[in-house]
Amino acid sequence: MHDQLFWFFSIAMLLSGLLVILSRNPVNSAMFLVVAMCFMAGLFVLLEAHFLAIIQILVYAGAVMVLFLFVIMFLDLKAERRRRFRILTFGGGIIVAAAFMVKVHDVVEDMPLVAAKGVAGTTEAVGRLLFTRYLLPFEVASLLLLVAVVGVVLLSKRDLK
Amino acid sequence: MTDFPLAFDAARSYRRVNVSAELSQYIPVGLLILIAIAFAAGMLLASTALGQKGRRPAVKDTPYECGMIPVGDAHMRFPVKFHIVATLFILFDIEVVFLYPWAVVFKPLLKDPQTGMTIFTSMLTFLGILFVGYVYCWKKGALDWAPRRETPQPPA
Repeated sequence: MHDQLFWFFSIAMLLSGLLVILSRNPVNSAMFLVVAMCFMAGLFVLLEAHFLAIIQILVYAGAVMVLFLFVIMFLDLKAERRRRFRILTFGGGIIVAAAFMVKVHDVVEDMPLVAAKGVAGTTEAVGRLLFTRYLLPFEVASLLLLVAVVGVVLLSKRDLK
Repeated sequence: MTDFPLAFDAARSYRRVNVSAELSQYIPVGLLILIAIAFAAGMLLASTALGQKGRRPAVKDTPYECGMIPVGDAHMRFPVKFHIVATLFILFDIEVVFLYPWAVVFKPLLKDPQTGMTIFTSMLTFLGILFVGYVYCWKKGALDWAPRRETPQPPA
C-alpha cells in the first residue's frame, strides 16, 4: 500500500508539475501548483511527517498560493499569452534542469535510505522538541518574522506615516 | 458477540491491503477528497447531461443574458495594495502555525516540572515580539485601505 501510494503521489505530482509549466493561462498554472503541493503533502504523510504535511497544505497551498494568485492578477495576462516558443530558451532550460538533476542525484546517492524512519513527525512530537530542545530557535523565528513584517511594510508601502 | 465478526472482517480486510495504523487515520480525509471530487464532477456532468447543449446561441455565453453589455474582459489588473495584505497574511499565518504544536503539548508540558511555566512564557514572548510587528504596521498605516489624501480633492 505504501509503495503504491508513493508511486501514485509521485507520478501525480510530476504530472501536475508538468501542467504548471505547460498551461498557457497563469491562473491554471497556479491551480496545478496547488494540486502538486497537495500531492507533496501526501508524500510527507508517507514519510510519517504528519505535521509537515498539514503545514504544507495550510501555508503553501493556502497562504503562499494566495500571494502567487495576487501577483498573477497584478500582471498583464494578455502580454504573457502572446509570448512565442523559443528554441534557445527551451534548450537553456533543459541544460539547467539536467545539471540540477545530476547535482540532486549526487546528493541523494550518499544519503542513507532509511533517514525518515524512526523520526516522529506527529504534531505532538514536533511540539515537544520545539518547546524544549529548540526553544531558542523558536524565539529567533519570531524575530525573523518581525524583520520580515518591517521589511514588507517598508518595501511595499509608498505613503508611510 | 454478534457484532464481532463484522469488526473482525473489517480488520482482516485492512490487513489484506496492508494499511498501516498511521495511514488508516487518513481514510476520512481520503473519503472527504473523493466526495469533493465526485460532487464537483457530478455537477459538471449533470449540467452537461441536463442542459440542452444544442440550443446555445452566442448570447448564452455572455456573462449577463440581459442588462448591460460588458466592456472589456474580467482579466483586469488588481490594485497593488492587495499585495501588502497578502504578504502580511503569510507572515501572520506562519505565526499561527507555531500555535498548533504549542496547543497540543501545552497541558503535558505545563505539568512537567522540568518545563513548567516556560511553555507559557515562551509563547508569550513569541507573540509579544510579533505583536510589536503588528503595532508597527498598524501605526505605519500599512493596514489603511484608502490612500491618505495629501492634495486637496478636485471638485466633483
